[in-house]
Amino acid sequence: MSEKVLMKGNEALAEAAIRSGCKMFFGYPITPQTELAAYMAKKMPKIDGVFLQAESEVAAINMVYGAASAGKRVMTSSSSPGVSLKQEGISYIAGSDLPCVIVNIVRGGPGLGGIQPAQSDYFQAVKGGGHGDYNLIVLAPSSIQEIVDIVHDAFDIADKYRMPVMIMGDGMLGQMMEPISFPDADEVKIPEKPYATNGTQLKRKKNIVNSLYIEPSELEKMVFERYERYKKVEENEVRVEEYKLDDAEYVIAAYGTIARVAKTAIEKLRADGVKVGLIRPITLWPFPKASFENVAGKVKGILTVEMSMGQMVEDVRLSVNGKCPVDFYGRTGGMIPTPDEICAALLKMKEGK
Amino acid sequence: MEKVFERPKSLSDIPLHYCPGCTHGIIHRLVAQAIDELGIEGKTVGVAPVGCAVFAYNYFECDMIEASHGRAPAVATGVKRALPENVVFTYQGDGDLAAIGTAETVHAASRGENITVIFVNNAIYGMTGGQMAPTTLEGQVTQTSPYGRDLKTQGHPVKVCELLSNTGGAAYLERVSVDSVPNIKKAKAAIKKAFQYQIEGRGFSLVEVLSTCPTNWGLSPEEAVKWLRENMIPFYPLGVYKDKGAENND
Ligand SMILES: Cc1ncc(C[n+]2csc(CCOP(=O)(O)OP(=O)(O)O)c2C)c(N)n1
Ligand code: SF4
Ligand SMILES: [Mg+2]
Repeated sequence: MSEKVLMKGNEALAEAAIRSGCKMFFGYPITPQTELAAYMAKKMPKIDGVFLQAESEVAAINMVYGAASAGKRVMTSSSSPGVSLKQEGISYIAGSDLPCVIVNIVRGGPGLGGIQPAQSDYFQAVKGGGHGDYNLIVLAPSSIQEIVDIVHDAFDIADKYRMPVMIMGDGMLGQMMEPISFPDADEVKIPEKPYATNGTQLKRKKNIVNSLYIEPSELEKMVFERYERYKKVEENEVRVEEYKLDDAEYVIAAYGTIARVAKTAIEKLRADGVKVGLIRPITLWPFPKASFENVAGKVKGILTVEMSMGQMVEDVRLSVNGKCPVDFYGRTGGMIPTPDEICAALLKMKEGK
Repeated sequence: MEKVFERPKSLSDIPLHYCPGCTHGIIHRLVAQAIDELGIEGKTVGVAPVGCAVFAYNYFECDMIEASHGRAPAVATGVKRALPENVVFTYQGDGDLAAIGTAETVHAASRGENITVIFVNNAIYGMTGGQMAPTTLEGQVTQTSPYGRDLKTQGHPVKVCELLSNTGGAAYLERVSVDSVPNIKKAKAAIKKAFQYQIEGRGFSLVEVLSTCPTNWGLSPEEAVKWLRENMIPFYPLGVYKDKGAENND
């Protein structure tokens, strides 16, 4: 690990990507991920890397598709409206089994929405977004050190499963400064990519990167194979933080920024004698179902807190499958629930109101 | 006995799916010949479009990528930036390049992206069954301009070479046709030159090839060639629209 440095979330994310062997970045300006692209613009030319400001997010994600086809570690970043534009390309990347990392520093929506932090793109990230049967691996860090560590792993996981990985943050995480240290650079091992379209050099048969299978049985077979891989991801890659669950009578489910606010609420509630724990999904897909299954029979209720109108709460409900009550509290449009609001929502649930 | 005609090495030995008399096939052969003659087969990466040429990834004997509709120049940009030593080309129809993918085309040209674009202009959306294309001529009847293209409501045909000739990054732009043997020879030379320019690192090169779609024009292959000659060439004049190599200040 490197020495501790003080960095903004967006810049730490960019630096971590570079240290993970990402030498190619394609983006289009949008708030609140601006510092990330600016950092890449400054750094990439110095390390023989590529920074290209595309004409749109549509073009940027297709440049990512090209660079990933060529076998390179590549990243793009954007925020909600821009990520909507990337969905076609993401579907093609998933359908061609290519690895890449996509960052969404989520802001309030729908439409042009706002520029303040939000979590209202959960459905888009986790349930598809683009067309067709596919999944992204979706990572949701809640501190800047966690961003750094997760970016490092994101490239490895993307390569390992040949899947696009999305890192979901929000403007708060992007703008905030925290002391961090980077993993050592010599830990970076980029695997061979025999599928890459980088020229046959007349030494091998041609490679084709493609998502078109005009014969339905062939397409089905490709999708089946992909889902076998997804099953392995679900078995091996679930990440979750379980906090003070041992004696918990109630559990708060929250991810990313708002999980930090929830922790403050938990301390306040515990000080008043209410035993509350936290389940913080770090992978939003694969979803940490088992953590919820494990507490479902033991606790009196789960309160899901989100910076949205309630999206992850559906996965919490599916996971507990009716075994305990699941309530929801959320603010949206860039509003952030306060610890007091969360405490009040939990007490309301406790009192059965 | 010496062979005087054979399949180019860079063209796969499988039947093409194009309709009888469609000139997509001729253009494929010209691209493959250029790759053969320049000896770049082993370092070429092609990008296929969405359109009748969608299966081009099966036809060219080099690494190939299938892009989404209109995005081939962006995909090619990603490949070329990743692999500057490789030769990267796109093969795109008029709907793909001049409607849904206009932004990608104009910006790849403006950036002087060092790629080669083979642009097949058949004045129609072939693959989807003959709808009006951005290049459909005034008065031309298609499935979605059943009364003939009306400039007032359906706008003017897009002249791609003329449009791109104003971009700083374009190094070579030529419009050719495959309606006759002499024109096919010129088309071949243009395509080879476009690849040559890329190898020399001069920037963006595009060859617009006027092509037939007998099926959706509702004409026999022979009539289609005649229609191209009599209607398309007058509106889309053949020739070089930009050649940085020939400019004095090069
Ligand atoms: C996003 C998207 N929109 C529409 C289509 C349907 N589509 C397939 S091919 C095509 C038109 C192709 O026409 P052109 O580019 O002129 O090629 P041609 O078939 O004439 O060679 C369209 C609209 C698609 N595949 N994807
Ligand atoms: S539909 Fe037209 S462009 Fe397509 S293969 Fe047939 S003739 Fe050629
Ligand atoms: Mg066409």
